Amino acid sequence: MIVRTLTGFARGLALLALAATQVVILGLALVAFTLTFGLGLVFLFPWSVRMVRGRTRQARRIAGSWAGVKIDAPYRPTPPPPVPQRDGWYREGRQLYRTSLIPNFNRTFDWMSKDPATWRDYAWLIAEPVVGGLIAASPLLMVGYGVLLAAVGRPVEVLAGLVLVAGGVLIAPHVPRVHGLWTKVLLAPTQRARLLNEVRHLTQARTEAVDTQAAELRRIERDLHDGAQARLVAIGMTLGAAEELVDSDPRAAKALIAKVREASAASLVELRQLVRGIHPPVLAERGLGDAVRALALDSPLEVTVSVDLPARAEAPVESAAYFVISELLTNAGRHAGARSVAVDISHRGAALRLTVTDDGHGGADPSKGSGLQGIERRLAAFDGVLAVNSPVGGPTTAVVEIPRAYPGIGGGIIPRWKVRLMTVCWGLFWLPLFPQGLVTLVMKIFGADERSWFLALYLPEVLQLPVIFAMIALGGGMVAYGTRMARQLKAADGACA
Amino acid sequence: MRVVLAEDLYLLRDGLVRLLEAHGFEIVAAVESGPELLRALLDERPEVAVVDVRLPPTFTDEGLQAALAARRSIPGLPVLVLSQHVEQLYARELLADGTGGVGYLLKDRVFNAGQFVDAVRRVAGGGTAMDPDMIARLLASNARNEPLGRLTPREREVLELMAEGRSNAAIAQRLYLSESAVAKHTASIFAKLDLAPSDDDNRRVLAVLAYLNGTRG
Repeated sequence: MIVRTLTGFARGLALLALAATQVVILGLALVAFTLTFGLGLVFLFPWSVRMVRGRTRQARRIAGSWAGVKIDAPYRPTPPPPVPQRDGWYREGRQLYRTSLIPNFNRTFDWMSKDPATWRDYAWLIAEPVVGGLIAASPLLMVGYGVLLAAVGRPVEVLAGLVLVAGGVLIAPHVPRVHGLWTKVLLAPTQRARLLNEVRHLTQARTEAVDTQAAELRRIERDLHDGAQARLVAIGMTLGAAEELVDSDPRAAKALIAKVREASAASLVELRQLVRGIHPPVLAERGLGDAVRALALDSPLEVTVSVDLPARAEAPVESAAYFVISELLTNAGRHAGARSVAVDISHRGAALRLTVTDDGHGGADPSKGSGLQGIERRLAAFDGVLAVNSPVGGPTTAVVEIPRAYPGIGGGIIPRWKVRLMTVCWGLFWLPLFPQGLVTLVMKIFGADERSWFLALYLPEVLQLPVIFAMIALGGGMVAYGTRMARQLKAADGACA
Repeated sequence: MRVVLAEDLYLLRDGLVRLLEAHGFEIVAAVESGPELLRALLDERPEVAVVDVRLPPTFTDEGLQAALAARRSIPGLPVLVLSQHVEQLYARELLADGTGGVGYLLKDRVFNAGQFVDAVRRVAGGGTAMDPDMIARLLASNARNEPLGRLTPREREVLELMAEGRSNAAIAQRLYLSESAVAKHTASIFAKLDLAPSDDDNRRVLAVLAYLNGTRG
């Protein structure tokens, strides 16, 4: 508790110092802004935006590590570099350039100036010294003012001062969090930016999924065309020949029919292999758990499988998970030289989680292995992620997580207004609780003449106490709500991660 | 011999009925769905059941589940399961109760009427009929088993046929050996795999399958 309070004070102080030094950055940024848009010194703009982004990046990082308030970078992805035409010139609109310098600058300028996140950064830069500084300074101010008040020496002031000091000590541990939530208001991606990013990501994933699917269909078409189809043609022809021979040469006809039987058996074998590659029958019949168990039985490796699933997932998810495990098992045997593999299939909230651990010699690298890249492509369509930990010398652990595989399980989404309400509660709870509540109560009990800014004391006598208690209750309620929501938010974050 | 048959494709069901009747079997019920099959098995108590794994209404493993359920209430009820594909997982479930009288074959095996009817008779008699494909995969997944690696190629052939559920006489005929030669190979295999020898064909097969499944003891 003491440690938390002291860190709270220290971090508050640090945040205050940062907010103060920010004035310099703000000044530079404003000068650069004026020169850019006033005098046309456009080359200053990217430089100043990078400086501002450096500062906001730091603020996001601090919010994350000191207060656990995760803030994603809101910026649009950097534009691709300009590509020269066949003659080596760079075309932009109706202009041609000899080098990529100007087109490159134009792209950077557009990218920065058309991104609303840039202007939100500036807004934060201006507001932070006041708002952030006030938040960071509030416990220090309360303690300082309380000490000054107590130093006056009259019992009323001493008591009021002590309550203020206590209040300051009480809120100190929460300062980084409140500051983080304030930072989030302007520096987090807006709903629109988030959606735009999501759309961009989905478009890419869809393109990849469609490409993979098309390639797969082409492979199936080729297999059918060269295999089963050709064999059926041969079977038909041989049966025709046998039909003609059946009266004149029954023995030859019999031999032909035997050949037809062989051909049909061979095409069945081919079709069976093809079906296994498209959608393994056990997967259709029994679901992911038993399909992987069947896979383990067929594997020359010693594979142990443990399954803990609430229900059957959607068929495409099951299929992707199955092929991912199949690929990982193949890798373990072929590349890692493993003898035994442990497969764990479980769910974490609504997410499906696969863990494959082998005792091979390790050294797998997703950026090199085409197999691992194939897995990532397959997972991309489901927003799934692959994490491989494979030190040289082994063992290798691959963890795959597919989010939202089991909709309806785990924490739901918390509406935005509740998050906002939580921020307000955290930011303002001290106002009713301390000056308008506890301190006023002390003033009232000791019958001080000073009414200053204690609103309840301006009311008629009968209403004073009820209003004071209502204020204390309101402040307490705000703390309680803020705490509860913070806990829920944490749980929801865990379920979505 | 009284047979219950379950197969949802009309053409194949009809073909199987004809084939079995031509070889002297009596079809007491030919059904096309899982629930019907379970009812027929419990009411008719046939001498052998020939069952397709995938049946309506769910088109998952209805047939297998019905057969397993029936075997739970009538222990040792002979069941021959047919499928478009063979899975070690299903074979294990069929063999799990250790009483025998089970078969698991690819549907293609009905092409060879003689061998198919032989398999049905073997299962009806409490024996075992495992698909060669299944045995091949079973052996492939045992690729790192050292005792198996010490078998001679001939012994391996004998082991494969034995695991399919064939008697010494049948193996001898298949490999063009004398029965005593097969018996000698068998004894050698059991010694190398450290299995207790047995004269009883069925128990011998179950021991070999349990060994290959890694579920021995």
